[in-house]
Amino acid sequence: MSAPQLLAGPDPSRGSERRSEHVARLGPLPKGGHALIELLVRTGLTGRGGAGFPVGLKWRAVAAASHGSAVVIANGAEGEPHSRKDRLLMASRPHLILDGAMLAAASVHAKQVVLCIGEEHHAALRSMSGALAERSEHERRMVRIVAAPPRYVAGESSATVHLVDAGIATPTTTPPSPRDRGVGGAATLVQNVETLAHVAIIARTGMATDTVLITVAGGVRTPGVLEVNVGTPLGDAVQLAGGASEPVRAVLVGGYFGQWVEPSSAWSLPLDTQALRARGLSLGCGVIGLVPASRCAVCEVAGIMRYLASESSAQCGPCFFGLRALADACTRIAERGTDPGDLQRLQRWSAEVHGRGACKHPDGVVMFLQSAMKTFGDDFAHHPPHLRRSA
Amino acid sequence: MNNTLLWYTTRGAGAVSLVLLSAVVVLGILSVLRIQSTTWPRFLTAGLHRNLALMTLVFLTLHIVTAVVDPFTHLGWLAAVLPFSSYYRTFWLGLGTIAFELMLAIVLTSLVRGLIGQAAWRMVHWLTYAAWPFAVLHGIGTGSDAGSAWLFTLQALCVIAVVVAVGYRFLTGSHDPLADARSSFQDAVDRREPR
Amino acid sequence: MTKQYELAVDRIKCDGRGLCAEILPERIRLDSWGYPIVTPGPIPGHLLGLAQRAVDDCPVLAIALRRVEIKRQRER
Repeated sequence: MSAPQLLAGPDPSRGSERRSEHVARLGPLPKGGHALIELLVRTGLTGRGGAGFPVGLKWRAVAAASHGSAVVIANGAEGEPHSRKDRLLMASRPHLILDGAMLAAASVHAKQVVLCIGEEHHAALRSMSGALAERSEHERRMVRIVAAPPRYVAGESSATVHLVDAGIATPTTTPPSPRDRGVGGAATLVQNVETLAHVAIIARTGMATDTVLITVAGGVRTPGVLEVNVGTPLGDAVQLAGGASEPVRAVLVGGYFGQWVEPSSAWSLPLDTQALRARGLSLGCGVIGLVPASRCAVCEVAGIMRYLASESSAQCGPCFFGLRALADACTRIAERGTDPGDLQRLQRWSAEVHGRGACKHPDGVVMFLQSAMKTFGDDFAHHPPHLRRSA
Repeated sequence: MNNTLLWYTTRGAGAVSLVLLSAVVVLGILSVLRIQSTTWPRFLTAGLHRNLALMTLVFLTLHIVTAVVDPFTHLGWLAAVLPFSSYYRTFWLGLGTIAFELMLAIVLTSLVRGLIGQAAWRMVHWLTYAAWPFAVLHGIGTGSDAGSAWLFTLQALCVIAVVVAVGYRFLTGSHDPLADARSSFQDAVDRREPR
Repeated sequence: MTKQYELAVDRIKCDGRGLCAEILPERIRLDSWGYPIVTPGPIPGHLLGLAQRAVDDCPVLAIALRRVEIKRQRER
């Protein structure tokens, strides 16, 4: 495995890298603009916030819609509970992110940059504001920090735009897409902080980066953030995290909006956006979760469903009521045992909920559940009652 | 034109207007309460509400025109549009003028709701809670001193119906099943500076 | 070529009043919680009047008629 790129330099656990060290290591900030956009298109960088959209194409669209007053939002809200990569990156490499944000601003003709940071991520907040104080006066006037509430949907693109624009972190109806009409009605580029860090390196080297940040969580000996080469087999990444701490029942690839995979197929999966997509999977926000065999799969799924249902912003009936109904049915199966009526209801309601919200939250949950029912089909079909010990 | 006929038309049209307006208010409340059954669809409540409101304006126009044209009342056209400008029962008639203008605003904004948007339309629509009481008070104050029983009964029934409907509406909570969850989530993610 | 229209629901404005499904049951039905499921695709000509009525009668203006973007194949 070749050297890390984003986390190259001093050990991330040592805290926020100073500007002087950053510049000494990587050189001065290059120029943004049309040439950078074309470079991003050529290198094929995709977004690291979950959707995996080609970055160059996104910047082209925002630059075209910008009338010189676009807005860049560096999205570090990190609402996914098990993901740690964004806050680690902000806490240790703030200047990489600021570089990427300023390059974006120059390229899409933006006058404002907003750093959206989880309000409970104190180290990240301190690091980013400390780093901002080290930048030029021009940059300091352009950039401001907005703290995001710790909710799952707060990191959704339209929710970050709504938070910056109106102070409320709820998703909004699209169209119009933030790309065309976002903060203050201006074209807005929402980009994950890790993506911006990649841009900062690509702009200097003129070549694609070949690493990706993942968070390994659950039944591993040393859970945490890893920077691995694109294409690294998932099993190797798990070894780097100390290996599984107990036998594994299943692996969740891509976090709560990801897919469940049997261990036998999981270990050889390449951690690469395109390759995973070809297999019907997604790297998403980079969370790889190992569920130990000692845990009941159905009960785990029911718990996650309850969490995701409670994270609905309650703006759309099918999402709020549908996800609650699905979570309740999963919980009934988990606690009282399988009932064919509940299994049918899960299928019927999933079909009614999918695509019927203003944002993709209900879709993500439904796909998570479908994946669980496929992977744990037998468990769902023959589950005995397991009363919960705690609420 | 026969003066007595004009006078009876004015009073009759006024009474009909009050009954229609009261029905419109009650129907509006039934709509907010989402009252519905297999034999009474919601679009029926909405349609009646709209059509009776238009009918109210028709009878109101008849009421106003016959009142102004009637030589006995000495009312000029100005009294129909400028509140408290008549010599005849200045205050009570003025209330009627205000009620009429409020209703006109409500109906006109409803006709162009698509153009002005839901928020603006809704703000004007709340004026119903001023228009109806003003209409009732106008009716009581300008009614003939020989207070006839039928008019009194009609007014009493209208008032009871509307008071019960409005009372019920405001005593029961929101009828939007998402309202509580939506506002509590919004409170949790609201980061606006307190003013 | 005649213009074609489709119905679009603003999911955040919609609060499940259900008038649209009463007026145009041919294209709109209600889900298990009273919210509209709209059959995708352009509205047939004979139903356009009713579709417009459903749009006008929505108490919260959550449904609208949108012109369908017809993507043309480029002629070789």
